[in-house]
Amino acid sequence: MIENIDLSLVDWSRAQFALTAVYHWLFVPLTLGLSFILAIMETIYVKTGNEEWRQITRFWMTLFGINFAIGIATGIILEFEFGTNWSNYSWFVGDIFGTPLAVEGILAFFLESTFVAVMFFGWNKVSKKFHLVSTWLVAVGATLSALWILVANAWMQHPVGMIFNPETARNEMVNFWAVLFNQVAVDKFLHTVSSGFLLASMFVLGISAWYLISKREELLAKRSILIAGVFGLLSSLLVAFTGDQSARTVSKIQPVKFASMEAMYEGKTNAGLIAFGILKDTEKKIGDKTIKEFAFKIQIPGLLSVLTGGDKDSYVQGLKDHISGNEKLGITSTPEKMQRGKFAMDVLTSYKRARLINDTAQISAIKGVFKEQDFRDKYFRYFGYASVDKPEDVIPNVAVSFYSFHLMVVLGFLFIMIFSVALYLLFKGTLSDNKWFLWIALLSIPLPYIASELGWLLTEIGRQPWIIQDMMTVSQAVSQISTGSVITTFILFAVLFTGLLISEVSILLKQIKTGPKH
Amino acid sequence: MSDWGRKVWVIIIIKLFIMFVILKIFFFQDFLYKNYHTDKERSEHVLNQLTNSSDNHDRKH
Repeated sequence: MIENIDLSLVDWSRAQFALTAVYHWLFVPLTLGLSFILAIMETIYVKTGNEEWRQITRFWMTLFGINFAIGIATGIILEFEFGTNWSNYSWFVGDIFGTPLAVEGILAFFLESTFVAVMFFGWNKVSKKFHLVSTWLVAVGATLSALWILVANAWMQHPVGMIFNPETARNEMVNFWAVLFNQVAVDKFLHTVSSGFLLASMFVLGISAWYLISKREELLAKRSILIAGVFGLLSSLLVAFTGDQSARTVSKIQPVKFASMEAMYEGKTNAGLIAFGILKDTEKKIGDKTIKEFAFKIQIPGLLSVLTGGDKDSYVQGLKDHISGNEKLGITSTPEKMQRGKFAMDVLTSYKRARLINDTAQISAIKGVFKEQDFRDKYFRYFGYASVDKPEDVIPNVAVSFYSFHLMVVLGFLFIMIFSVALYLLFKGTLSDNKWFLWIALLSIPLPYIASELGWLLTEIGRQPWIIQDMMTVSQAVSQISTGSVITTFILFAVLFTGLLISEVSILLKQIKTGPKH
Repeated sequence: MSDWGRKVWVIIIIKLFIMFVILKIFFFQDFLYKNYHTDKERSEHVLNQLTNSSDNHDRKH
């Protein structure tokens, strides 16, 4: 039945989810980062009693408020889509996905929402210290919200801490801490949150640069650049460090994604790190998939082996290792995984048939099989492979994975340079004289947004064809609804989101032009 | 209330109306809760969805 689903239904459902997620992520990182910048600025105001710091805080708080208000609840649309378009997935993941999202809703969102009200409307109504605590709690609440969502997403990359119950057809959480401290979740949280800090710092730096170009609000601009420069530099270094750590984890936990990120078909020792590369199609193939080669590349010899394995003799796995297997390295081939997945599927099919004829002995026996560690580790973890037609189908889009990863890395290093130069010129006292740099800072505002979206593109496209790594394909996850209704809502969302985005940008621009109230 | 504050409140109200009154009710009903009444029926549906792909696979090969 699943294989009879019109592929366009899967494609449109994916496109709709991607559109919603990309749009949602335009608001989230600025909220994450700007909330901390506000908290830092307000702390300085409370410590010094300097009214100018209060004005500066309130100005950025206005921009924060516009972004927060327009972006609020856009994430709920993703939850609508889970229930309507991805019902098999939503059911299959059970409380693994539900628990982190519920914790997010109960703890973090309410913490954030409650104190946002005090933060916006509490000036002159509550004490300075209480207001400051509220601002910090908004920042902490926003970060905790992100934590739980990222924990849920990390589980899709590396499913741990659960047992599948054939009776309910759901995965049930057996180890909350394994889900929370999943290595992918830890890396993802640190990398994503620090990238939000970086994005907000660039936002503050760029707008402040515009004030200096326009020769107005000089005090606000320079003080804001000081905070954004320091916070941005620290954040961009943290982004580089956590990104490196995240890539190491991917190389171990999702090696096919990692090989695609590096466009590495053949595994090797002394593998070089591609600093820059352009891919081209070749005549060679893996199954029916065309192999890409580098038309041009700049490579640092041995560095990829060093980064992933600690020394240049370390072997970096290629895509072919995973398709054909590599006995020496203990890598199971994809056809073998397909066989194991098929076996797990047969056991589940037997359970379904036993339930139809109410064969209680057989039902009980099969339920026992699903509780066996050996069955879970050797067979059920490859359950999704039963729905894979050809071994090469487990290779994601190599070009998208490679370019999104490398462009993100290049931008990451550019951000470190921009924040360093901003601080250097600020301390040297020549920032206002260097118009070229002020323009670079202003024009760089969109770049962290691009880098951040590229990160998600890599995370999600690099995991294809899986919605849950190795356990469920995207095609298995989709609901049997009409393609027409998905296309209709896709168009509705595109119109709604575009309208909201235009509104936000126009209100933001008007407020920036107006500047702070003196 | 400031000018920007008024605009933002209008946008929030319109957005929430579109999301929860139009989209949720007319376009985004929960598939399993709309079509099946009990958790047992829902689990049977998902079980069928997952294992029918296996049955089809058998037929194809």
